[in-house]
Amino acid sequence: MLDLLKELFSYTFIIRALVVGILVSLCAALLGVSLVLKRYSMIGDGLSHVGFGALAVAMALNVAPLQVSIPVVVLAAFFLLRISESSKIKGDAAIALISSSALAIGVITISLTTGMNTDVCNYMFGSILAMSKSDVYLSAAMGIVVLVLYILFYNKIFAVTFDENFAKATGTKAERYNMLIALLTALTIVIGMRMMGAMLISSLIIFPALTSMRVYGSFKGVIICSTILSIICFFIGIVISFALSIPAGASVVAVNLLAFILFSIAGLFIKKI
Amino acid sequence: MKGILGLLKPMSGHITFNSIEQNEIGYLPQQTVVQKDFPASVFEVVLSGCLNRRGLLPFYSKKEKTMANENMKWLEIDELKKKSYSDLSGGQQQRVLLARALCATRRLLVLDEPVTGLDPIMTSELYTLINRLNQEQGITIIMVSHDMKSAVQYGTKILHMKTSSVFFGLTEEYLNTAICHKMMGGVRNA
Repeated sequence: MLDLLKELFSYTFIIRALVVGILVSLCAALLGVSLVLKRYSMIGDGLSHVGFGALAVAMALNVAPLQVSIPVVVLAAFFLLRISESSKIKGDAAIALISSSALAIGVITISLTTGMNTDVCNYMFGSILAMSKSDVYLSAAMGIVVLVLYILFYNKIFAVTFDENFAKATGTKAERYNMLIALLTALTIVIGMRMMGAMLISSLIIFPALTSMRVYGSFKGVIICSTILSIICFFIGIVISFALSIPAGASVVAVNLLAFILFSIAGLFIKKI
Repeated sequence: MKGILGLLKPMSGHITFNSIEQNEIGYLPQQTVVQKDFPASVFEVVLSGCLNRRGLLPFYSKKEKTMANENMKWLEIDELKKKSYSDLSGGQQQRVLLARALCATRRLLVLDEPVTGLDPIMTSELYTLINRLNQEQGITIIMVSHDMKSAVQYGTKILHMKTSSVFFGLTEEYLNTAICHKMMGGVRNA
């Protein structure tokens, strides 16, 4: 085990993947609690598909992937939030509509240009080799921004998540905080997507929150537990992925699933804290 | 009512208060589905009512925490402080939300069908509490209700709405109107 870890840390690409991954998991877990509780879990999923479409188009046009996908996904996030709030098409249907369309556009673009190659497979299911030095800087910056904003606005985010109408009625600008959450989610997804894979990134958002909700009964408890849990699961997932040579995204999700099952069983026996 | 709370913009005209700002209103909403499995301790919920006092400042001070504690004591829910909101009974949850509304206001409290889903004992307890708030602390109460009997019993002014205002005035006058007799099933002074 120790040898494995030693070997693991001797590769720079693994160190990069760990740094980026831990920061992304941290952000995803924080945002995930609000998203899950506001019944916006599917937004994460929808956004990752949009991100995939944007990446595919960026590849075809031969431009830097992040520069294209960040604005596209941010726009999509605002749009999805809008329709979830008020529209004739119900929120979940609208998300399914947008995510499958984006995926289709991505797949068409890819088959018309490069064809279905390993790059595409990596985007779909993630690769720890995908992280460059600039990704590390970007994700570090983003991680710090998300963390600081989340702590500063923690009480407001709680109030808006718990009861948006009350917050609005008593004079809090709820829309602003919804926008903030959407923006941060979009950033987290774009950065985490290439490592976790477009298909699997949403699990980073949903799993830790749901898992901690099995055991904890207070908002603070859930937030703290899900960030710690998310980081631990990510680390174990990467180690397993390295040891068994399986895609990182899939193994991280599998570890998260295991944690969810364990917490669910624990939740049956102990009273919520 | 959503107009008073700033949740909806009026179709025409605008709403004026006598020197009450948006962040001086307390609001007790109907229960929403989202809250049923929400992980939040009672104290967190009550404290969130103080949010509008903080403006842009990010954290609560000791003053707000003391106020949340006092309001919980007043509503006799201080021993539930650490409990999870979702584990409470309907009546207890309603008290928690009332405590939160009290943290938000000293002047005007808007109640949206506060007793929906409560049993008769809880209902009368809640009305007594609200009545005491009005008498002892001098907070103006606006209540939307389908519970005509209690509305007439506790209210001092009645606004009866169909699609437009049918009656507005003192409760005693309301009891003498034809529409009131019809709504109360012919029983007067219930």
